[in-house]
Amino acid sequence: MSDKYLELVNSGFTKKLAQQLGLPRPARLRRTNPSSVDHPLVPGPVVVLGEGADADAVAATALDWDLDVRRTIREGRIGALVLVLTQIDTPDQAAPVVTEAASLLRSLGPSGRVVVVTRAATDAASPAQAAARAGIEGLWRSLAKELRYGATGNAVVLREQAEVTSPAAVGALRFLLSARSAFVSGQPIEVGDATGSLPEDWTAPLTGKVAMVTGAARGIGAQIARVLHREGATVVGVDVPAAGESLARVMNQVHGLAIQADITSPEAPQRLIDRIRQRFGRLDVVVHNAGITRDKLLANMKPEQWQAVIDVNLNAQIALNEALLATPELSPEGLRIITLSSTSGIAGNRGQTNYAFSKAGVIGLVRALAPQVAQQGGTANAVAPGFIETEMTGKIPAARRQVARRLNSLQQGGLPVDVAEAISFLASPQSAGINGQTLRVCGQHMVGA
Amino acid sequence: MAQQPRNTTSGKATNGKSDGDKPAAEESGRRRNSGGRERATSGSAANRGKAPDQPRAAIIGSNRIPFGKAGGAYAEATNQDMLTAALSGLIARHQLQGERLGDVVGGAVLKHSRDFNLTREAVLGTALSPQTPAVDIQRACATSVEAVNVVANKIRLGQITSGIAAGVDSTSDAPIVVSDRLRKTLLRLSRAKTVPQRLKLVGQLRPSDLAPVAPNVNEPRTGLSMGEHQAITTRQWDITREAQDEVALASHQNLAKAYSDGFFDDLLTPYRGLVRDESLREDTSAEKLATLKPVFGTKGEHGASASMTAGNSTPLSDGAASVLLGTPQWAQERGLPVLAHVVDTEAASVDFARGTDGLLMGGAYAVPRLLHRNGLTLDDFTFVEIHEAFASVVLTTAAAWADEEFCAERVGVPSPGELDYDRLNVTGSSLAAGHPFAATGARIVGTLAALLAQHKEQHGGDEPVRGLISVCAAGGQAVAMILEAA
Repeated sequence: MSDKYLELVNSGFTKKLAQQLGLPRPARLRRTNPSSVDHPLVPGPVVVLGEGADADAVAATALDWDLDVRRTIREGRIGALVLVLTQIDTPDQAAPVVTEAASLLRSLGPSGRVVVVTRAATDAASPAQAAARAGIEGLWRSLAKELRYGATGNAVVLREQAEVTSPAAVGALRFLLSARSAFVSGQPIEVGDATGSLPEDWTAPLTGKVAMVTGAARGIGAQIARVLHREGATVVGVDVPAAGESLARVMNQVHGLAIQADITSPEAPQRLIDRIRQRFGRLDVVVHNAGITRDKLLANMKPEQWQAVIDVNLNAQIALNEALLATPELSPEGLRIITLSSTSGIAGNRGQTNYAFSKAGVIGLVRALAPQVAQQGGTANAVAPGFIETEMTGKIPAARRQVARRLNSLQQGGLPVDVAEAISFLASPQSAGINGQTLRVCGQHMVGA
Repeated sequence: MAQQPRNTTSGKATNGKSDGDKPAAEESGRRRNSGGRERATSGSAANRGKAPDQPRAAIIGSNRIPFGKAGGAYAEATNQDMLTAALSGLIARHQLQGERLGDVVGGAVLKHSRDFNLTREAVLGTALSPQTPAVDIQRACATSVEAVNVVANKIRLGQITSGIAAGVDSTSDAPIVVSDRLRKTLLRLSRAKTVPQRLKLVGQLRPSDLAPVAPNVNEPRTGLSMGEHQAITTRQWDITREAQDEVALASHQNLAKAYSDGFFDDLLTPYRGLVRDESLREDTSAEKLATLKPVFGTKGEHGASASMTAGNSTPLSDGAASVLLGTPQWAQERGLPVLAHVVDTEAASVDFARGTDGLLMGGAYAVPRLLHRNGLTLDDFTFVEIHEAFASVVLTTAAAWADEEFCAERVGVPSPGELDYDRLNVTGSSLAAGHPFAATGARIVGTLAALLAQHKEQHGGDEPVRGLISVCAAGGQAVAMILEAA
């Protein structure tokens, strides 16, 4: 599952050779060190660009995190650039901030961060403002593709009801600055409103919460369980009985509860709810991670291959969500629903009509669920991984795998932990204002961007 | 299901009976103890022998690994590996990581000498608190049902509030020892002080001394294998081949159905790629079983009527099983369920060495005594689990229970009644699942507790829902146990 090419171009003679030949040179991304989470949050100064109260508020927020916050910088490496462009009415007003950012880009260090804080074009008060805001989107999407050495570019997009000081805006900024968002690039995080609360401890925001993860025995699911545990949650891992051995191993690592269940069986939702109610009396987070592939060109696809994928990837979670929403007393602070989509669901993928149906389906699902769960304080969001280094993608033929890995701005596959970090972020109390969204963890995958 | 075996007891067990005119001293003592009988019939079963403030021993859950065939999926696994796996699944299922339990009582029948602390070593390999103590015990094939009894009694005495009972056995990784002559010579060599002394000792060795000695489970006092012993008992009780094959078929069918119903989802954790018991044959049939050649009792004057085949005898197996027990309060504090309570246990042994009774007929004594003491008959039980060492053990044991004369004269208590075969081993037993000796008791206790809880949940009511266990063991032993749904 390791990326040999990435190792080669980052060391010794082969590094020099790759440089001389002008080969793509994916960087080793900075990721969370579980033994010192968020420390350092950003390795280097954070330069906050922009005029006005919002820019000042963002700088103050960053100062609260003990970051080396600057409003301008003359020399030396920069850890992150934050462009606050929320108070812009015309396209021309963006120019000074953009120009200053341009002069600083070469100083951005490895795994550096560019975060644009902006407002949604759809909420604009005038055509000129809408043009400016839409233009900003074009800016950060393009800039993310120009960044090198593992740096990422993303945006925090505020809707009308949200401010830069709203918990979800603060949370999104921190997530995008940190190592947690290593494989998130070229993505917007839309903040709908000011609900939510900042965690007492940013490194354990899920303390006291109970989180259920389906498909927790292996790969991305196991990593989700580990990260949720690291963040303070009590984890309930669910997987098919046949995966029970690895499920038990993962749950024993994270001090979680293992439930062997086929989530497609009609009894499964009630059985899971009964067990969780009896053991914990509450459920705060559900992560619908269980998924299967049955890849075939549609012309060759058997009905059962189609149905199996829809049953596991879509129908099972619809049934489980319905059962959970019918027991609101189990989630006194609202239920955080997070489901796994895929870039295949966004852009389509040859040979994956069934899989793409299910993964596009969940995007529609969370959009529809969002207002419903919000009434009880919950959220429903999707995370769409791109190419992630797992047992599953390890089975792709070598040449195709090498190509698939490089087809994104970071020129490498992501790791299961990258997906898990995004899920943990969306499950946390500060993210209550992010609802109905699909967050891509794909390194800015070229297709469907 | 019409599984009532035909012609199980066409005649009296005359052969066994003629030797049984002299009941053992303990049994005659029991018979005279009429006071005990009166006390027994008056009390409720669940409260028997329980002081008012004594906690009940609750069965909270169980876990086992699928049982493998000898030389099969677990050929490379040690007892410690398998016991650790069974415990780890139990810990994950009940989220016991970091818990300090009161005690873990476990054991194995075939044991390497290096495994003197087998259960404790297994505990140290799990996520339990390393401060959890453990003890190894052994009562042959009844090891882990006895372990349940030990843990339950500690709980009822207030010594502990939680514990695990477990058992494991590997016939694939069985200890092989060197011959006695080689072993003694090696020990003398280690004590020898001079080179000539050493040379002399080595010179005494013969090539045959170097051959390893494989373990055997033949009865030390008779030299007969269990199968040969049971072949005698089968003949004594006139058990037919057809009746034995019916028990075997039901075992496979019931186990297969339980798997497809998802019954084992909460009772079993896969191990080393095995997700179901390796011996289970879903496709077996009466016709297939009928084609198998007898393997026990084939020699001697009765050889022609031999009826015990590989199909109606348990295969040699590898596996491990565990049961979590605690006080109801301990369970409640952790949001854990209480499936059933351990009500009472009885161990019995028979005088098989002199031929008074068959080697595996301990259950014929343990169950009538246990039921009599608790004022119960077989009718009072919703489920009955008889360990299927051989199909004929089930049939001979049930025949003895139903035999009023046998119970009165040999056991010294009234017959507990006729066994309703529809209540027997309803999710299969050792013939289909396999029989890793020390693991079987915990498998049965875990299965029965789940059955009782399921029945209570589905049918409700205030009537007690009871289950009976009878496990025969080497040395003429047996352990019987009563569980009651919580």
